[in-house]
Amino acid sequence: MDLLFNIFVSPFIEMVTMPDFLLQVLWEGFVSGTLYALIALGFVLIFKASGVFNFAQGIMVVFAALTLVGFHAAGLPAYVSLVLALAVMGFLAWGVERVVLRHLVNQPDLILFMATIGLSYFLIGFGELIFGGEPKSMITEQLGLPTGSTTIEIFDGIVILQHLDIAAAAIAAILVAGLALFFSKTRIGRALRAVADDHQAALSVGISLNQIWAIVWFAAGIVALATGIMWGARSDVSFALQIVALKALPVLILGGFTSVPGAIIGGLIIGFGEKLFEVYWGGLLGGGVEGWFAYVIALIFLLFRPQGLFGEKIIERV
Amino acid sequence: MSARTAADIAVGEDLLHVDDISLSFGGVKAIQNISFNIVKGEIRAIIGPNGAGKTSMLNVINGFYHPQEGTITFLGEERRKMRPYRAASQGISRTFQNVALFTGMSTLDNIMAGRSLKMHRNFFWQMFRYGPALNEEIEHRRAVEEIIDFLEIEHIRKTPVGQLPYGLQKRVELGRALAAEPSLLLLDEPMAGMNLEEKEDMSRFVIDVNQQFGTTIALIEHDMGVVMDLADRIVVMDYGKKIADGMPKDVQSDQNVIDAYLGVAH
Repeated sequence: MDLLFNIFVSPFIEMVTMPDFLLQVLWEGFVSGTLYALIALGFVLIFKASGVFNFAQGIMVVFAALTLVGFHAAGLPAYVSLVLALAVMGFLAWGVERVVLRHLVNQPDLILFMATIGLSYFLIGFGELIFGGEPKSMITEQLGLPTGSTTIEIFDGIVILQHLDIAAAAIAAILVAGLALFFSKTRIGRALRAVADDHQAALSVGISLNQIWAIVWFAAGIVALATGIMWGARSDVSFALQIVALKALPVLILGGFTSVPGAIIGGLIIGFGEKLFEVYWGGLLGGGVEGWFAYVIALIFLLFRPQGLFGEKIIERV
Repeated sequence: MSARTAADIAVGEDLLHVDDISLSFGGVKAIQNISFNIVKGEIRAIIGPNGAGKTSMLNVINGFYHPQEGTITFLGEERRKMRPYRAASQGISRTFQNVALFTGMSTLDNIMAGRSLKMHRNFFWQMFRYGPALNEEIEHRRAVEEIIDFLEIEHIRKTPVGQLPYGLQKRVELGRALAAEPSLLLLDEPMAGMNLEEKEDMSRFVIDVNQQFGTTIALIEHDMGVVMDLADRIVVMDYGKKIADGMPKDVQSDQNVIDAYLGVAH
């Protein structure tokens, strides 16, 4: 009886009696939600264009952040480092297309997936070789990202908003919206969707697969850099960051692997869900549920909607 | 040798010719020593029983398949093989046997995608969908609307093509191929799986495209009645070999062709 009370009644009483605290929890859920959405978007872009689950996306986040910090450590100004890091991600996209993807056209998806695993190990090795394995701190202030916090008095209580979190949410939202618009409204976006639907037909109307792939990997690289900066600023820049990228998996299962809005809403659901569950129900299980709760949500979704919220329906004609 | 454009070639001259093309997949010989030409302004049909290598032939022409032997000459430029991007940018469009549309996109977007090569504004304008890129979008939109008018598919402009019935999908696919304003249009069984009325509509469109726009057409078709009416000249293939080539009435009475279609005691 006590247990049922603790599950079904007391968390809600807590929410109602302490609305300021609830607001704080929701805010934090929102911030991590937008960041999850950003990571998931990197996966969705590449999955749409080439049908490949890019295992290397997580390590690209680390690699991008390391490059940025590395350039700065070499004595360059922060903004120059940022531009150079972008250029490196562009070069990486070009290289991946040239060296890996181009030779694997028309191979089964599994082969391409294996290639991205190979790529991720290459990037780990290459990154460690150049930047070393020890954690570094993100150049948050040098990039002009705000620090400090604002306290809002509300509901006879307070909600604390970290300025960095506000900036992270805003940048993530702008990037997500920008990419979504770009890929739905422009010729290149149309070409990307065309490639996603049918490679051969896309080729027949003169869409260059090579160009589209390079563009998409570059977009994923930009997303990786943004993600790397934001997550790097919250903890530090190390190879452990790629674990965060794995959180994109449940987000993708929720949102569908091919849907940009799905990635956004999936990210938010996971963000809100895990924060709320951690704070209000986590205690029943001894805490620390944040790490795995997302995967439980994903599993439940797999049972009822294997194609995700917005994914394309899997219909097989027989 | 500098590449010519389709406009430099007079009606009745060779637009494309293939010489001694052989294509095999492992031990399977899909095409053996095939040569024929397509002259500007004609409707050229390629017919033959199932598995004769007709679609492979089309794939060779637009560069999906690379033949082991032979050459392809398009616009006076002789090549060992085509590449799909090159073929498209030089004016070869095609449709597919099993409709290959971008199913998630609307009719309008599908046909707009067909104009990819006509749109040149660079990536950065595109990124902001501003200035020249926006004007360009509008200008091409107009051309696409004309094609939509021509094919009488106004009512499905915004419908995702995945939801359309098969006959209409085939029509949208033709629209996408036309959007590139091709000099050579390859149609792989444009009437397969259609009912009589749909076939008549499609035949009318094929003829109109040929006569109004002067587009040269090479088509594969199974329906003999349709082919005999549509085509100016016919290549007949069987087991990867060319067994006849000529006017419909000559081909029709050719003993080899009759044998191939009806079977013959060996």
